[in-house]
Formats: sequence, C-alpha cells, structure tokens
Amino acid sequence: MQVKEYKPKIVAFCCNWCSYAGADLAGSNRLSYPAEVKVIRVPCSCRVNPMFILRAFQRGADGVILCGCHPGDCHYTSGNYYTRRRMALLFSMLDYLGIEKERTRVEWVSAAEGAKFAATMNDFVATVTALGENKRLEDLRCKK
Amino acid sequence: MQRIGVFVCWCGSNIAGTVDVQKVSEALAKEPGVVHSVNYQYMCSQAGQEMIKNAIKEHKLTGIVVCSCSPRMHEATFRKTAQAAGINPYMVEIANIREQCSWIHKDMAEGTEKAIVLGRTAIAKVQLNAPLKPGESPVTKRALVIGGGIAGIQTALDIADAGFEVDIVETKPTIGGKMAQLDKTFPTLDCAACILTPKMVDVAQHEKIKIYSYSEVESVKGFVGNFEVTIKKKARFVKEDVCTGCGLCTEKCPQKKVPNEFNLGMDNRRAIYIPFAQAVPKVATIDANYCTMLKTGKCGVCSKVCTAKAIDYTQKDEFITEKYGAIVAATGFNPISMDKFDEFAYSQSKDVITSLEFERLMNAAGPTAGKLVRPSDGVHPHKIVFVQCVGSRCSSCAEKGKEYCSKICCMYTAKHAMLTRDKYPDTDVTVFYIDVRTPGKQFDEFYRRAVEDYGVHYIKGMVGKVSPEGNKLIVQGSDLIANKQLKIEADLVVLAAAIEPDKSARPLATMLTASMDTNDFFTEAHPKLRPVESPTAGIFLSGACQGPKDIPETVSQAGAAAAKVIGLLAKDKLVGNPCVAHSDEMMCNGCSSCEKVCPYGAITYENKEFRGPNRTTLIRRVAQVNEAVCQGCGCCTVACPSGAMDLKGFASKQIMAEVDAICK
Repeated sequence: MQVKEYKPKIVAFCCNWCSYAGADLAGSNRLSYPAEVKVIRVPCSCRVNPMFILRAFQRGADGVILCGCHPGDCHYTSGNYYTRRRMALLFSMLDYLGIEKERTRVEWVSAAEGAKFAATMNDFVATVTALGENKRLEDLRCKK
Repeated sequence: MQRIGVFVCWCGSNIAGTVDVQKVSEALAKEPGVVHSVNYQYMCSQAGQEMIKNAIKEHKLTGIVVCSCSPRMHEATFRKTAQAAGINPYMVEIANIREQCSWIHKDMAEGTEKAIVLGRTAIAKVQLNAPLKPGESPVTKRALVIGGGIAGIQTALDIADAGFEVDIVETKPTIGGKMAQLDKTFPTLDCAACILTPKMVDVAQHEKIKIYSYSEVESVKGFVGNFEVTIKKKARFVKEDVCTGCGLCTEKCPQKKVPNEFNLGMDNRRAIYIPFAQAVPKVATIDANYCTMLKTGKCGVCSKVCTAKAIDYTQKDEFITEKYGAIVAATGFNPISMDKFDEFAYSQSKDVITSLEFERLMNAAGPTAGKLVRPSDGVHPHKIVFVQCVGSRCSSCAEKGKEYCSKICCMYTAKHAMLTRDKYPDTDVTVFYIDVRTPGKQFDEFYRRAVEDYGVHYIKGMVGKVSPEGNKLIVQGSDLIANKQLKIEADLVVLAAAIEPDKSARPLATMLTASMDTNDFFTEAHPKLRPVESPTAGIFLSGACQGPKDIPETVSQAGAAAAKVIGLLAKDKLVGNPCVAHSDEMMCNGCSSCEKVCPYGAITYENKEFRGPNRTTLIRRVAQVNEAVCQGCGCCTVACPSGAMDLKGFASKQIMAEVDAICK
C-alpha cells in the first residue's frame, strides 16, 4: 500500500501593498515555494481579524502566516503596528491552548523582497510539515 | 445566488505551461453558482474581453471570476470590461494563477490542483460581493506650499503658471531658504543669489501666489481635495502692506547686539531687521525677544523714524483658515548641530566653522563682505583643512550623527576648495575624505578640476582630533593611502556637517498624516514610481524634506511635485476608493475603539435617533465613516468589539469564505 505524502494546508494573509506584491515578485522571478501555500489578499495586515486565523485552524489549516509591510513602512502609516500587537496576543493565547507556536507566524515582506517571500514560505512549510496535522484546533464538524 | 462566469486564461504558455487550464475550467464549472466556465488563450486581449462581455449578456452573469495574472496587473482591465457590459465593476474577482501559481510550480498536477483551489476561493468571495459605487468629492482649486526655499518657490511658480492659486507658508520673515545664504553653486559656479532672487521676485509679483511669511501651519484638517489649514501669522509688529522696505528703521534701531541668524550668528543685526537686501517680502520685522520697546515700553525709535507709519507695537498673532485641494511639503534641511562633535573643537575655537558658515564668509553680502578671514582675529588664513562626512555615513555614531550620506558635501567642499584657491592662490587647501562621491552631470569633471587645476590636496582618511594651540589649530588625521598618521597645523578648519530634515518636518508630518522614515525624511508613495507623492493622498513632497538633494535635483523634484498637484487640481471631482469601512448603526455602541485606531481621522460620532420599544425614541451615539477620507485599511474592523464595522470589498464574511474555500 502506498502512503500518501503529507501535505499541510497553509493560509497566507498578505497585505496588498507590500507582501502581496512581494509574492508576485517571487513569481515573476520564478522563485519556487510549495504549492500548499495559498495567499489571501487583504488591504493591510491590520485587516486580519484574529478570528480569521482561528477560523482557518478550525477549518483544518495546519499553519497560518501573516505578512505585512515592514514596521514603519505601512501604506496606512500604522496598520502593521496594530497587527504586531494583536498577533502577539493571539499567539500567546494559542500557545496557552497548547497549539505549537510554529504554526503561526508574522513576517514583514516588502514589495521588493520576492526572495524573502519565497524563502519565508519554504521555511514555514517545512516547519509546519514537520509538526504534522493540526488536530487540536480542527473542528471535525466542519468536515462533512 | 449570483450567476457567476469563470474565465481561465492561458496567458500563452505562461499559465497553460504548468496548469491544465481545461481541467481548471471544468472543475470550476461544478462550483455552486457558476453558470459559465471557459478558458482562452489571452483573456486580457481584445478578443478575450469581448468573450467576457458577450458571456455577461448571454448568460446574464452577475459575478465574474478571472483566473489569470496578478490582480495588480489586470484587475482594472477586467473591471472596465465588466462595466462596459453593464455590471458593477466591483463584481469582478481575480484568481492569481500566474505569479502565485504557474510561475512558481514546476509540476502540472500540483499547479492544476492549486489553480482550482485559487479559483474556488475567488468564486467563494465573489458570491458575497456587492455592487460598490465610489464616492465623489469636489476639489478646492488652490494649493498650499509649506516652505519657501528653492523647492517651495519652484513648486509654487509651476502650479501658479498653470493657472491655479498657490499660497506659500514660510516661517522666516523672507522666502529664499538655504539657497539665499549660498555664495556660488556647483558645478557651474553660478552666483546663487543671481539665479535665486529673480525667482523670488517672480513669486512676489505673481498674481496667483500669496506669501505668508513669518507664518507657520497651525493645524490641518480634511482630506485630498478638501484640506482646511489654519495658518498662524506671527506678529512682526510692522504693517506688511504699509512698510516700504526702506530700511531706515534697521539703521536707527539702538538695539545692535542681536545675533544675525542669516549669517549664522557671525555678525549682529538690529532688533528690527530685514534679513537681506533682496528679501521677499521686503518688509521689516521686529524681533520681540530683543526689542526694547516691546520689552520695557521705552524706546520707539523705529516708530519715530518710519515715514510710512508702518510700525505697530500692538500687533498680535493672527490665525487664518484657508481651504486647499493639495498640500506640498517643502520644509527643507538644516546642517546638524556640531555640539556633540567635541573632537573637532567646534565649540572651543571660533576658527572651526561649518561649511554653511564658510559659505557666508565667502559671500560678498556676508559678515566680512566676502573677505576670507579667520572669525577669531580677522587675519587671512594661509592653511585651510576641510573635513568631510562630519556626522554623515556614521553608523557607529548614530547617537550624534546620521547613517546616511548627505550627498551634497563632496561637491560643495570641492567648490569651496576651488573658490579659495581661485581667490587666494597663496592659501594651501587640504581636504580629508572617506570617499569622494560625484554622481551627476559635470560633477566628476568639477572635482578633478579642483584636484588637477587648482592643486587642492585630497587625503583619503578621517580626522580624529582638532585641537587649538595658540592661534593655530592642530589637525590629527590618518592618510589611508600612505598608511600614516598626519599632524597638520591649520589656520581654519571647515566641517562638512551632515544635513538633516528641518525640525518642523516631524510635527508637520503628524498634522498631515504623512509618513516619515527613521531619519525624519518624508516617505514617498513609491520609491521609484511615485517619488514626489506621499502615501497620503493629496500630500506632495518637494526638495530636501524627502531626502538629501542638491539644487538641480530639488528644482526637478519641485517641478514634478507641481505637475502632480496640477493633475489633481485640474479635476473637478475626485473619485474615491469604494472599498471603505462601513459601520452598521444597529450594532454600533459608540465605544470609540474604531476612532482611536483610524490613522486618517475618518471616523466621527453622531447622536442618532432610533426606534426603541413601546414607541419610544432612543438616542444613541454611533460611528460614521467619512468615505472620502477613509483609505480602506480595515484596522477599525478588527478593533470594533461589536462587529459593527466592516470593510466593503474585503468584508469579514468574504475573507472567511476565502479561508473556508482554501481549507476545504
């Protein structure tokens, strides 16, 4: 019997101005990263409600990464500062619940950092793959 | 339920090379709500767009998903296509299957699978899309330029020449800025005043330009096209419209011991003064800190000698509120303070001066009438040492200097060295440098002339210490090429101080909600493609407030900023971004959480009447979003504890539907 290779489900939230453009640049430069990463475009990283991340885990995501402009470079001046604080709180709560810290991450990727985007995604996917499936937060009722 | 059409693009082989487009369009056809799903070679082509338009009509589509390149590329194209076929442009969603799929994956099966998921995600989102209509706002056809240096002058002239009204606000009693203090300009050695003052006169005489000199911006309200600015016109105790600028008062004023800031304190002026002969407006100003009449009430000499009766000791600060469509920041630069650089003995010896002070010494209108003498004893110096990069490129001394290159110092030092050798061939000139940076038209040729034709000694190395000994200065430095330590006896030491943004820039940026970098230079909207615009709509950048610049660069940037302002003011109405925040009044409890996080001040509160139980009326405080001001970051949506705030086009439900589709 052939065992199917484990492929994690990764949701990446990218801000429109820096990180989404960085992801596009990674594509233009043909810098590969695993297909498990699926990007959701948001106007700013501060648009990402902690609920969205919890929702992703509930629906069976194995890792969630949030990318925004570098601190100080936010298109909306201060959005990413809020992101940083909100995620610090959310991640510490997840840690308290026993969710591996490595399943969540905030990264600052500018529009010029295609290489950083690809490298970050490669590293994140490898980390999440090593952790295996997210069983603790997944809500099996969502899987009909 | 939407009637969704899916259009999968091959992008030639760009997408079709690693994604089985046929399989994608077949798989997506099975998604709920999809009534039409096709693939085509180039969706963005004329034929591709026609295909979409026809499908919209034929299948009565209400939502469109285009699986193609990045939305940053063709979202606008397909929105226009949809609009042309009669559906709302915001009913279009793009699944990015090129930059974020086909280009990064090699394996066909993997790429196809991911493309299907991305398509499914876009379909899930478009299911919840609602037609959006961007708001419109009128444009006040007047611009404000903050700063009256060469940057502000050029911007104002260019905008005014296009027929729009411009106001200039300048903190000093005259416009002209740093350029008015310069002697000659590199690399042509034009006299700075000769090329600047005609422009100053043009500004004064232009019917579309109004100068608020000796004034400051007090507050800024509003948004692009509709700014409301309060300007504080400081009391100058002279009636501006009456004063003829004859200058008699400035000769008769008995208070003679006021450091003259125009000459950087190297000589004195009177308490009533006109900064320099060509000042615009040429109006006297009383310095309240030194005027005997204002301080003790006993003097009044200027009032007695003034034939025009322009003196008014009772004048008060005046506040003027004006409306503007665009604001240009042109606040310029200053040399950094040398107080922390004890090693160069700047505060110990009068004969250690900065380059700007040297500029005044060489200037015919300066404190020495252009005679190069030592400030301490008035003796002509025979040995001058110039020290470059004082505080520039100083990553190890960040607490007192700057990490960046100040850009203009190499060239003005070469100019100073050359002018000195030209005027006083008996003077020996040595320049200590880290690198000589001469990128610019005729710049390197200029520097080479200083070295080869004028015999200026350039030494690669830093100066470690300057110590006064008798009436000489001992300069200790290293010569990196000869690999030895040097001790030079000099008569005058000139420090090329780093430049930094003017101190007024930081509070101004806060008022304008314009972003700044760590060095307090204004940040541009895009470093390459939008270099004269601030990320905040309606705010433009001109000159050294955006980064160190020489005069030609400043003038070109000033012109570019003016062109952008003209482009904005030429519009009668501004079309906004419809993806803005929106508050559900029934859920809002008026807690102010959203207002606190909004970087634009777009949220206000209003007391509104609601129908309560038993035919009562309740008055509740609810949030109101000013759609013209909101930039759509969505920060408020997360801050809102009751879930009343949502972002159009990126609604919580839409994003969660995307999450669900990815995790399916």
